[in-house]
Amino acid sequence: MSNLVRRQIAPAGQRPLVLDMTHVAKTFSGGVQALADLNLAVHEGDFISLLGPSGCGKTTALRLIAGLMPVTSGRILWAAGKAELGVVFQEPTLMPWATVEENVWLPFRLRGQSLAEVRDEIAQALDLVGLTAFAGSYPRELSGGMKMRVSIARALVTNPAVILMDEPFAALDEITRHRLNIDLLSLREKIGCTVIFVTHSVFESVFLSDRIVVMAPRPGRVVEELRVDAPYPRGEDFRTSADYAAWTHVASRALHAAMGEAA
Amino acid sequence: MSPAEDAPARLTTAAEVDAAEARRVRARRVDRIAKWALPAVVFVLMVALWDRLVVWNGIPHYILPGPGRVVQTLVKDGPILFDAMLVTLRITLMALAVAVIGGVGLAVLFNQSRFAELSFYPYAVILQVTPVVTIAPLIFIYVENRTVGLLLCAWIVAFFPILSNTTLGLNSTDHNLRDLFRIYGASRWQRLRYLQLPSALPYFLGGLRIAGGLALIGAIVAEYVAGTGGIGSGLAFRILEASYRLNIPRMFAALLLIAVMGVVIFASLSFLSHMLLRKWHESAVKRE
Repeated sequence: MSNLVRRQIAPAGQRPLVLDMTHVAKTFSGGVQALADLNLAVHEGDFISLLGPSGCGKTTALRLIAGLMPVTSGRILWAAGKAELGVVFQEPTLMPWATVEENVWLPFRLRGQSLAEVRDEIAQALDLVGLTAFAGSYPRELSGGMKMRVSIARALVTNPAVILMDEPFAALDEITRHRLNIDLLSLREKIGCTVIFVTHSVFESVFLSDRIVVMAPRPGRVVEELRVDAPYPRGEDFRTSADYAAWTHVASRALHAAMGEAA
Repeated sequence: MSPAEDAPARLTTAAEVDAAEARRVRARRVDRIAKWALPAVVFVLMVALWDRLVVWNGIPHYILPGPGRVVQTLVKDGPILFDAMLVTLRITLMALAVAVIGGVGLAVLFNQSRFAELSFYPYAVILQVTPVVTIAPLIFIYVENRTVGLLLCAWIVAFFPILSNTTLGLNSTDHNLRDLFRIYGASRWQRLRYLQLPSALPYFLGGLRIAGGLALIGAIVAEYVAGTGGIGSGLAFRILEASYRLNIPRMFAALLLIAVMGVVIFASLSFLSHMLLRKWHESAVKRE
């Protein structure tokens, strides 16, 4: 059907390296050390959650990966040149003057491609997030969850190798959040992208990711890395399983240790 | 509690809600009518009062003409006044057009070049705060062409709200959207065209509505100062001329036309603004 459905996710351990961060640190001009010594190797097909309390530098890490600011020290090395990125912020970040379709068109438009050229890709992306019927609507006509779906469609429409997500569901109600968590996993199964996901929710990180990077604040650093080796696809039944409970227990203990250390 | 006992209580609540809802609907309907009816009643009363004052006190028309006489003059002098109105309208609209081009152009320039902004913004402010009446006589000394002089005066008054509002709008883009444009490698031009200009549109339109009224004021003031008569003179000159001849009814008639022009310009710009924003902007969206 499409050029969006393409990559196969290899089993963990056999995935090629996409991105390698070694001893990455960021200090802002005010002297605030947002991030000290972050080491992270990202492999193709990974779903990595950066989990931590506010101030632990997880958003800073994401912005460094996106190339929105330079590192103070350390290295960010892309295995095959800087990969194409898709980004989802905490807010839907849509252009209110543009329709849903035009919003999803944006990444192509900035490359100089006309709407007619990429209509198929846009239709597929909207189909993947279940918003085909709303292509002509304006953002203000949509609910919060639907706006977030548009934002996700825009992030994946160019079929990027890596999608960065900065607490994308934090502002949504719990029912919508659960629904979007499941949809995000099924999207990832379909298109096989690598995801780096920032969150402060233990439950969300366990449900979604196969690797959880637990971070501590002041200065921001990695304190522990967990592997959640529960098999995909994960659905509502995973959320109620004993495995899930055990993983959340482990993750929240790690998080509390991280915060206790900082306090 | 049995269902029978429960029922009356529920009925009462339903009736209360309905009463409140009905009150709300009634209030809205009254509001809708009052919005037009009250100003109309005030207008009729004022005109009637004016008419009675003139008649009962036997005030001569060269001091204060009655409303009937003003309307008569308006009809009688119609051709002269209408031509004058077209002249003033032409200057106003041209000045507004130049103000839009100049205001938006300067706003974009200031936005793109910090040095240009630092260098020239103070002078834009100085031009704005200096009363145009004091600059106009100088302009007409140095500018030969009357139309150009009038345009220049009206432009000086009208361009600033467009400049300052558009500047504010260009700087009010969503930070995450800016980041997104950077991540996708957007050029400066793309960011301006696809992000900043659309973000600035509501602000620009707010400035445009103010500028519409100011352009008219600028044109009228400039005409007063320019003063030259004959064919091709605007409404302000007709008012001056009528005052020299003690033709008070014509002064009132011309004044009436200027006020109508101002209202029509404001209403058209408001309508334009509504049409451009109604699909997406909060200010133009009706909420139920």
